[in-house]
Amino acid sequence: MIEENELKAYELRLYIAGKTARSVTALANLKKYCEEHLKGQYRIEVIDLLVQPQLAEGDQIFAIPTLVRKFPEPIRKIIGDLSNEEKVLVGLNIIPA
Amino acid sequence: MTKDQKKDKSKLHYLQLPKTRTGISGLDEITEGGLPKGRPTLVCGEAGCGKTLMSLEFIVRGAVEFNEPGVFMAFEEKSQELAMNVASLGFNLDKLQQEKKLRIDYVHIDRTEIEETGEYNLEGLFIRLGHAIDTIKAKRVVLDTLENLFAELTNQAILRAELRRLFQWLKDKGVTAIITGERGDGPALTRQGLEEYVSDCVILLDHRVENQISTRRLRIIKYRGSVHGTNEYPFLIDEEGISVLPITSLKLEKEVSSGRISSGIPALDNMLDGKGFFIGSSILVSGTAGTGKTSIAAYFANEACKRNEKCIYFAFEESPKQIIRNMSSINVDLQKHIDQGLLKFHASRPTLYGLEMHLVMIYKLIKTFKPQVVILDPITNLITVGSVSDVKAMLIRLIDFLQEEQITVMFTALTLNNIVNEQTDEGVSSLVDAWILVRDIEFNGERNRGMYIMKSRGMKHSNQVREFVITDKGLDLVEVYLGPEGVLTGSAREAQKLQEKTGEVLREFAVNSKDREIIRKRNVLEAEISNLKMEFESIEEELNKIHQQEELVKQVTNKTREEITNMRRGETPAKNIKNDRGK
Repeated sequence: MIEENELKAYELRLYIAGKTARSVTALANLKKYCEEHLKGQYRIEVIDLLVQPQLAEGDQIFAIPTLVRKFPEPIRKIIGDLSNEEKVLVGLNIIPA
Repeated sequence: MTKDQKKDKSKLHYLQLPKTRTGISGLDEITEGGLPKGRPTLVCGEAGCGKTLMSLEFIVRGAVEFNEPGVFMAFEEKSQELAMNVASLGFNLDKLQQEKKLRIDYVHIDRTEIEETGEYNLEGLFIRLGHAIDTIKAKRVVLDTLENLFAELTNQAILRAELRRLFQWLKDKGVTAIITGERGDGPALTRQGLEEYVSDCVILLDHRVENQISTRRLRIIKYRGSVHGTNEYPFLIDEEGISVLPITSLKLEKEVSSGRISSGIPALDNMLDGKGFFIGSSILVSGTAGTGKTSIAAYFANEACKRNEKCIYFAFEESPKQIIRNMSSINVDLQKHIDQGLLKFHASRPTLYGLEMHLVMIYKLIKTFKPQVVILDPITNLITVGSVSDVKAMLIRLIDFLQEEQITVMFTALTLNNIVNEQTDEGVSSLVDAWILVRDIEFNGERNRGMYIMKSRGMKHSNQVREFVITDKGLDLVEVYLGPEGVLTGSAREAQKLQEKTGEVLREFAVNSKDREIIRKRNVLEAEISNLKMEFESIEEELNKIHQQEELVKQVTNKTREEITNMRRGETPAKNIKNDRGK
């Protein structure tokens, strides 16, 4: 589930565990914000830990869902269903805090 | 059903609950078999009390000794840091990880890079843990320190709910887990009240400093469904990890031996029924300063080594080298036994650590070295780190333990120079089986040593005070001189002996001259007797002569009378010759 884009200024990874209501909400929220603010400059990678549990350690995942901004650095993490738009945007450094 | 089981197995009640051995020395004894199998255990305590080490040792020992792989989930320290911290204990975490016996998962939570928005759960943690458990088929899990989550995350409600779920999940997984928690202020065991979730077994670690000496202690606060020791047990962290000391077994059901071992001083053995001490007994040698207590102890150690037995010498006052040098001056070569591996010295200043630590250390050394004879020299020095009652309690525990192991122990104790103290050497005099007192006898301008046996249970022992002499040939006991002036020792005794000897010679001389006198008298008397005999014989002869004459006269008279009678009758005198003779 990789959404290709040429610029890829933002590399985002969303960790979920199965298609729970919360992960679906989180993904929907994320897509919405990205389309609004980062149109064409982002790439979202969704990782289902139920399928690939070995990946949890690498990104220090302990909560589900977790959104990781892999690029640009520094790495940022946002946990929760991403329901608070402002917090997500601040967290991703899209808008200044 | 459990009740029935209880009835059935009242003797082996601890078998009811399956347990997982920790492999930590002493802990399995206190818990009667280990931690509850397949359940979480909470280990809590203040910072620096050894929580992480204990839990890590649980994992490592499980992997190495019991072939139970373990997962260590660290919230505080990185894998490399952990590995470095325990490398000094001889745990090679990297190797264990390569062998897939251990997996360390460092959970790093940095609140500066984390933003919380909306609902979430800790499924990620579960998945990580589950994955780690599944890859190495772990039986043991440690979560160290879970409470860090609370420090880094703000949504407490979610955390609490998730923790509850986590503990249930661990149980479902069937792993034996240790969760560590930092002790908070107030009565709560942990800051976040983890004890609410872990209800099976809670162990509290404690680190206290008294009189500038720190002691670590461990206490099992609860252990559901199992008997366990409830005391505070001191524990020690050293180069081999944690050792917990199970205190006194309250039972007095020790095996006793009627075998005997020599004290090394033949004369002392003679005082002890001719055979020495009982094997497995405790012996107290007390005395004032400089009476040779250490020498007696060294002799005892030397004798044990000569019998090819092992001996540990705990020195609280002198260094081993000092003792070896000093003992060589009385003809005891201890170095030889050390080289042969029969003798082991352990010297430590009493103030090095608390009494309990000393006990744990002694306990540990004895367990590893397995000696037949143990010497503590002197126990009085321990007073500097504890009160008399503390020392007594410690010694009771030690004696208890030694008797259980059938180890003969000799304590030396310094008595102050007064009589009141004689009965109360750290109060152990009532505990020991044999008590030998060495004391100064000051007399005639010199100081000598007197030794006697105050008590010796179960044997006929001498009640004599002996003089105890230390020469460059060794120790010996000499009969003291008990004279009209009292007990004589040292040169006074020698002088007295000399005097006696002179007297003896004189007397002997006198006897000899008397003997000769008697012989002479006897000779005179014998001569007299023979004279008298001869006199008697001549008298007797005289007497015989008279008798014969008398007889002759009688015969002649008779004959004459007959002849006269015949003549009157007119008969011819037939025997004239006879008649002539008769005249």
